[in-house]
Amino acid sequence: MTTSPRVNPTDSAVRIVSLYPDLLGTYGDGGNALVLSRRLEWRGIAVEHITVDAGAPVPDSADLYLVGGGEDGPQVQATRELELSQGLHRAVDKGAVVLAICAGMQILGHRFPDATGKSRVGLGLLDCETVRVDRPRAVGELLTTDAYLSTANGRINLGLLTGFENHAGRTIPGPNSTMLASVEIGEGNGDGSEGVVTGTVVGTYLHGPALARNPRLADALLEWIVGPNAMTPLDDSDVDALRTERFHAARDHELAPRRSWRDILRRS
Amino acid sequence: MAAGRFVAWASRLVHFGTGSVIGGRVSLLIDPNLLAELTASREVAIVSATNGKTTTTKLLSTALGSHQPIVSNWLGANMTPGIVAALATSNATDTAVLEVDERWVDSVLRATNASTVVLLNLSRDQLDRTQEVRKLAEQWRDALIATPPRTVIANADDPLVTWAALVAPSVVWVATGQEWTADASGCPACSGRIDFVGSEWSCASCDLKRPSIDVTVDHGTISIAGQNFRSPLALPGRVNRVNAAFALAACSAMGANIEAAFGALDDVTEVAGRYRVADFNGTKIRLLLAKNPAGWHEALELLEGPSTPLIIAINARIADGHDPSWLWDVAYERVGDRFVIAIGERRHDLAVRFRYGNITHVVADNLDDAMNLVRQSPNFDPTVPVDVASNYTAFQDHLEQVGGVL
Repeated sequence: MTTSPRVNPTDSAVRIVSLYPDLLGTYGDGGNALVLSRRLEWRGIAVEHITVDAGAPVPDSADLYLVGGGEDGPQVQATRELELSQGLHRAVDKGAVVLAICAGMQILGHRFPDATGKSRVGLGLLDCETVRVDRPRAVGELLTTDAYLSTANGRINLGLLTGFENHAGRTIPGPNSTMLASVEIGEGNGDGSEGVVTGTVVGTYLHGPALARNPRLADALLEWIVGPNAMTPLDDSDVDALRTERFHAARDHELAPRRSWRDILRRS
Repeated sequence: MAAGRFVAWASRLVHFGTGSVIGGRVSLLIDPNLLAELTASREVAIVSATNGKTTTTKLLSTALGSHQPIVSNWLGANMTPGIVAALATSNATDTAVLEVDERWVDSVLRATNASTVVLLNLSRDQLDRTQEVRKLAEQWRDALIATPPRTVIANADDPLVTWAALVAPSVVWVATGQEWTADASGCPACSGRIDFVGSEWSCASCDLKRPSIDVTVDHGTISIAGQNFRSPLALPGRVNRVNAAFALAACSAMGANIEAAFGALDDVTEVAGRYRVADFNGTKIRLLLAKNPAGWHEALELLEGPSTPLIIAINARIADGHDPSWLWDVAYERVGDRFVIAIGERRHDLAVRFRYGNITHVVADNLDDAMNLVRQSPNFDPTVPVDVASNYTAFQDHLEQVGGVL
């Protein structure tokens, strides 16, 4: 499924909503709003960033919604409030783009586990279901093979996805969803795939500021809104240097704590 | 008593040198109750927090030390083995001022029966490693119920700390004017929303609110029990005036003369290398430590000059936490027009953060290269120290480069 670009993208600002950063925003999630805003501004496209805290009404007319990661308790509270408000549901029906990170992805699915491991009903905006599995928490670098998203111009290659993951769930994509990519290093969804895409709703286990290391994913989300012609190239040399370095780190299994004797003596 | 002395003597036998954690570990294997025995006949104060515990421990031990013998683990070995190692070298009755890791407050309080507990703040730190901050607040609260100290000195502007300290029989509340509140938007008592209005805060759903204040820090004046103390301290910044206020309040609770104590604080010019101004190949640098968003919030306020070049170093080793995502929770935009050089093992993460912050920056491989770039930069002024702000292991590396802990 694809959305058609806005008729006149310069007509009004692209509206980006950060949903409940007070509940879901433990891991630098605010970085994604900054990355998206700057990538629009640098291309001369106006952007309006709106922060919606828990308890405040959720607007249904924005272009892009960001749902961050968080702990088990706030995750349940955020689900309750979003279910009650229905603002995000209406926005998705109108074709809004959603990026949901980690706990955000879990609550957007059909079911997810709460702090006690009990299965809760999710928001049903992503066709997937998350269960708790009996394994140590997945904490470390996550690296995928080439990722793809479908747009009006066909499938866009997003390059390798790189990031950090920190979660205990296993997410099973349903028949009406696709994965973002296959996992090369790390855990991801838990079945060799990483991320879930249903229409214009994208979920990922790349936690926190996921878009900082993955500019092509950021641009693909924006392209859904402003169309491919507006996506002029940007200078991503800093990001490219970071990506190269992180590819090596993941492949060298920097996952395991690097224990230098000096550090152990210093800290303990 | 004799047993205690014997244990202290025995522990010195296995002690590998001052501040030795290994010595402490070995001693604890021989006698797991060593901490209780080493503190049985002395007064103990403990200091804990996410940020500022090393500095406040140093200030409190200096202030108390003006008129009594003090033992302290102020070099930062702040779990039971490090504390035992520090105590083993002291007289059995010396007052102990102990920095305690946030996660070790319960066991250290239980073992030492500390009379005075100083609780500065709690915020996000090393999320891939430690527990969420709310759970830490709960542990502190349970610890204070299990082993009530005579007095708790607590931050009235940190809802997590306030909620933990409320169970103590006697609390001295310090108005810290803490600006970092991102980890306290959910009420620790009922998960309701905490509203911050002006200097006050309260929960929208239960009766948790800012307690009435005993100690204030206002424009360089610390007010405590009706007495005013005019800063400046030798240590820079608002955050250190707050740390000093906690130290003075603890002194007062421990029956010390706070006027003499305040006078002694001027002698503290650095804390385990933090704030040290040192020569680096002919150029003055100043070492700053900031490990997490709340720490950076304070550190960015201390920076030299509005256009002085700045070096920022980030590592992500085990002592730092492996995930530097928190860089995006820091308002680095506050560096303004300064030219920033990113170093450390995660310099590329910093560069990307700066790029999206529209901050003028370059990446260098190490401190030497960064300093060469500083000397060539148009706004370099050799009379002003160049700030080198680093997180934990990067800071230790730089400290070693300028001569280590004094």
